[in-house]
Amino acid sequence: MAQPSPKPKPSPETAVFEPWNDPEAKPLIEFRNVTKRFGEFTAIDDLSLRIYEREFFALLGPSGCGKTTMMRMLAGFEAPTEGHILLGGQAIDTVPPNKRAVNMMFQSYALFPHLTVFDNIAFGLRRESRDDEKIEARVEEMLRLTRLSKFASRKPHQISGGQRQRVALARSLAKAPKLLLLDEPLGALDKKLREETQFELMDIQEKTGTTFVIVTHDQEEAMTVASRVAVMDEGRIVQVATPEVIYEAPNSVYVADFIGDVNLIRGTAKARGEGTAPAANEAPQEEAPGTTAPPASAPAPATGRHDPQPNAMGRWLHDRLLSPVIGPRRDQPKALPAPEAAAELPPPAPAPESATDIPEGGIEIHWSEGAAPIVASSGDPALDGQQVVLSLRPEKVSIAKEKPQAHNALPGRVIDIAYLGNISTYHVELPDGTMIKAQMANTRRIARRDITWEDEVWVSFTATAGVVLTE
Amino acid sequence: MRRLIIVAVPYLWLLALFLIPFLIVLKISLSDIALARPPYMPQLDLSGGWQAIRDFVSQLDFENFVFLTTDDLYWKAYLSSLRIAAVATFITLLVGYPIAYAMARATPEWRPTLLMLVILPFWTSFLIRVYSWMGILGNEGVLNQVLLWAGLITEPLQILNTTTAVYIGIVYTYLPFMILPIYSTLERMDESLLEAAEDLGCSRLSAFWLVTFPLSRNGIVAGCFLVFIPAIGEFVIPSLLGGSQTLMIGKVLWEEFFNNRDWPVASAVAVVLLLILIIPIVLFQRTEEKAREAER
Repeated sequence: MAQPSPKPKPSPETAVFEPWNDPEAKPLIEFRNVTKRFGEFTAIDDLSLRIYEREFFALLGPSGCGKTTMMRMLAGFEAPTEGHILLGGQAIDTVPPNKRAVNMMFQSYALFPHLTVFDNIAFGLRRESRDDEKIEARVEEMLRLTRLSKFASRKPHQISGGQRQRVALARSLAKAPKLLLLDEPLGALDKKLREETQFELMDIQEKTGTTFVIVTHDQEEAMTVASRVAVMDEGRIVQVATPEVIYEAPNSVYVADFIGDVNLIRGTAKARGEGTAPAANEAPQEEAPGTTAPPASAPAPATGRHDPQPNAMGRWLHDRLLSPVIGPRRDQPKALPAPEAAAELPPPAPAPESATDIPEGGIEIHWSEGAAPIVASSGDPALDGQQVVLSLRPEKVSIAKEKPQAHNALPGRVIDIAYLGNISTYHVELPDGTMIKAQMANTRRIARRDITWEDEVWVSFTATAGVVLTE
Repeated sequence: MRRLIIVAVPYLWLLALFLIPFLIVLKISLSDIALARPPYMPQLDLSGGWQAIRDFVSQLDFENFVFLTTDDLYWKAYLSSLRIAAVATFITLLVGYPIAYAMARATPEWRPTLLMLVILPFWTSFLIRVYSWMGILGNEGVLNQVLLWAGLITEPLQILNTTTAVYIGIVYTYLPFMILPIYSTLERMDESLLEAAEDLGCSRLSAFWLVTFPLSRNGIVAGCFLVFIPAIGEFVIPSLLGGSQTLMIGKVLWEEFFNNRDWPVASAVAVVLLLILIIPIVLFQRTEEKAREAER
């Protein structure tokens, strides 16, 4: 537990834990067309959902989206107005909370202030058994699991927030429920402790094999801990998928916008013919003046445009011996190439790399009068003529002073720079006023940063970087 | 300096309004009855100098306290007062707790109104309210008339001038003092605690006994002391509603003062009553302190 292992999701025996892809798998929890109304207000709207055993499932959404109502229905504090909730195949709509094999960790922790940590954890066990020895053994086990053995005889007001959080977890796990519900469990902790605790939670979930359902409005938390995330909005589930899919392939503008930072570029789709790979044909002169050609048609000379660069030995020599005398080495072109583009494109050297390496098919998005269309090879050609939104993550957009060799390159001006330490986010204004956020890892010390406010720059991204969505 | 003044204010208050009157009462209790005005002696005459003070002190004695032990009227009255106060406190708790509980469970927009209703009786004079109970409980009173009219009884019930009427009076009068502290602890209670208890396997009833009740303990203790302490020395209620067989120390005190004009004995009765009351007051303060510590 001290050293959190990153994402210990796949259980050891099965390499991939994906029961949701297995048509044979029986869900532990099933919502069948559940609707919940409070008077006139519809909190949950005809919602169906399956959650499988051993999953760490996150319900994510802004406040008021119905995620807490879902959780309270699972716990038994609310009954669905319509539809059914099944636990292990049995309808549990009318089973009161004290008769369900479901336990909940409350947002406020709801520790009993008049009982010690030990008695808090033993509380649920004492309701069903009179065997003191067994209860004590189980409580000791829980105390060890949550590293609370030292605090067993303290009262809740005598321990710290993080410890209280663990007591609440231990208490809700003590009865070995089939399903554990966590209502914003880490909301009250500060950022560092929250991150640590997220890994602890994952670890404990792994160890106990309990199915966890967590409710949160913190998308980072959901992404970190969950095997699957359900993004909710106004009583409906917008998308249910693994964190990777939610992030990289959101199914709607809502999800793309809710999860992380995103650039949304609106425009009209135009199908790219099978053979019309050189999209450059129609792009050329609309680009900003001064640059020779769009990236696609001028691939080879790219490397030749720059000054000669020192090799490894030369760099070493310069950095160790010469820099104090003649100042830092200027190797702009090295500082600037987009990591993303560099990674996805073949190494820059080979000459024949050209427009043909833009994947075929997909669509072009005409997003601004007079600007080159954006190539999105992931777009469905069937969208031809429709209004679409290209969702583009800032870290997939790179920024350079000189026109880079990329599928999509747009000129613009730096308006704002948010320096976050490890990364910087550049806000670039395109000629038509659209703001694009580009994120670059600060691999060099800040003193060397050479893009600054008001600079004319190029933002670029590959044809595969964006996701084409319709509204 | 400012701090000193701030601290001094409550102590001066205590000194002027409690300690000095108490010392005066204590002095009277050590004096002897006399046919004079005021009706006791010795009198302190400060113009006589040291000698007069020494004479004065030498004449004080514990005679009256000894007298209290010789006549069984007094200790019977003390015991009976304690018993009546204890029983009345318990009944007040039984009546007050459900009211406080219902108030705390009411929707927030109703709570101020309910609170107001609890405090409302204080707007009329205490004496008038006790008198009106005489009108209700008497043989020709409202209660008997209603019961006779409903055919539940054929003879009027003798309630007025019995200990039962005293209980009714005390419970009625002191009910707000029981409700308010219990309400304030219940109202502060986090409702998710009950949900947590249910989630962990409690029925509604056991959740009440295992969570709500222990957590309202401070309110219960406070309420009980607030009722018990003044009820012991209660005079108006037993003298208006109680009968001749209702023995309470407050009434004895009154009779010593005004019927027998025996100020020294009456003062001795008062001093002993105070000593008896100090025990629960100290206990009360200690639990309050503990409660405050637990909240921190």
